[in-house]
Amino acid sequence: MVELTTPLVSEELKNLKTGDKVFLSGVIYTARDAAHRRIVQAIEEKKPLPFPLRGSVIFYVGPTPTPPGKPVGSAGPTTSGRMDPFTPMLLREGVKGFIGKGKRSLEVKEALQRFGGIYFVATGGAGALLSHCIKTSEVIAYEDLGPEAVHRLEVEKFPVLVANDIHGNDIFEQGIEKYRIPQRR
Amino acid sequence: MREIDSRKITDAVAEKLIEINIDLDSSICNALKASLETEESPLGEDLLQQLLENSKIAAKERLPICQDTGVVVAFVEIGENVRIKGMGLKEAINAGVARGYEEGYLRKSMVSDPIFKRINTGNNTPAIIHTDLISGDKLKIEVGAKGGGSENMSQLKMLKPADGPQGIIDFICQVVEEAGPNPCPPLFIGVGVGGTMEKAALLSKKALFFRPDYRNPDPELAQFEDQILTEVNSLGVGPLGLGGRTTALGVNILTHSCHIASLPVAVNLNCHAARHGQIEL
Repeated sequence: MVELTTPLVSEELKNLKTGDKVFLSGVIYTARDAAHRRIVQAIEEKKPLPFPLRGSVIFYVGPTPTPPGKPVGSAGPTTSGRMDPFTPMLLREGVKGFIGKGKRSLEVKEALQRFGGIYFVATGGAGALLSHCIKTSEVIAYEDLGPEAVHRLEVEKFPVLVANDIHGNDIFEQGIEKYRIPQRR
Repeated sequence: MREIDSRKITDAVAEKLIEINIDLDSSICNALKASLETEESPLGEDLLQQLLENSKIAAKERLPICQDTGVVVAFVEIGENVRIKGMGLKEAINAGVARGYEEGYLRKSMVSDPIFKRINTGNNTPAIIHTDLISGDKLKIEVGAKGGGSENMSQLKMLKPADGPQGIIDFICQVVEEAGPNPCPPLFIGVGVGGTMEKAALLSKKALFFRPDYRNPDPELAQFEDQILTEVNSLGVGPLGLGGRTTALGVNILTHSCHIASLPVAVNLNCHAARHGQIEL
């Protein structure tokens, strides 16, 4: 078990391997489809960004509305592949970690290696469980996007797995190969 | 003629949607528990435990099981002798969706103008409503909250009649394998076979509404479903696609007669958090 605190620096990510369990603490930011489009556009047009990208971790999530008395609603990962077209640019701008579910494209995996970033997965469909590790939640940009607005989350020991490390390994390829029954399929 | 006040429909839909998004059906919890016995991957077992723990936390804290509280799909059976007083049927159901998603702190995930502006409608309407006129004076509404991740990985193919049962198995396995981790396995797989293109798709969605403990009354189809489940679970995809034995928890098939030239097959995937409920008025 590895414990990391944001912002992340490349040096501490080198030793992470696909399959490692990591507890993340500190501040992370949420962004999904529509927010990605706006962030990338802001980078291209050199406009202000919703949060400092360098060393940051982006969580692909649209939480449920926060019920009274709680810091956040249900908050589990959404499918990461939809953000693939935007990810290499974000890595180039210094984003170091991404939390989601599902596989990444070849371009993303190459960019993770080139720029020294990690793709983590959290347990899909466990949004109630994961919400326990989120201590505060605040919308900081693109409020008009509703559930797709950018939130600033303070997390404590948020449980993730290293899916793609900076050495080009892939947890999905390794895991599925291990349990496939070839004589059947 | 039996009159039903549209407010009763709205109330029942709102209440049911909150309930299904928070309380995972016991039959699904049982299916997850049973899969712990056969799961060989230690990580897979850990993930299945997390899903069970998640359902307990959701129920206790009244939080949605998953942040994707879905698009609402409703299958309505309305008796010929029913007259709805007040709002129309669709308006009443959509009013229930809007209220349920607001009062239940559920996420609103519907956008209008899907091609260009993609603007969130703000209340998770409109629901996708399928209506059947039946005899009698009852109104039955089955509602589901369908997540986008698993819906995105669903597929339809017009097979050739010569492809036969093996062609259907191969196509289903191909869909599940291509989907990999994205639809949040372990899955429920709804299969619609026959009819026309749109009929097969509709049947595949309806097949997802069976509970995991439902057994197909047709023995030949029941055996075929078992065979498909075994094949799918040999793919190695496993819980959350990270490798393992538990790729799917159930397969249900619905069929319809079709053209001599056709064999339409629709495969609708559902994540482990299958959220469905029934209303009878």
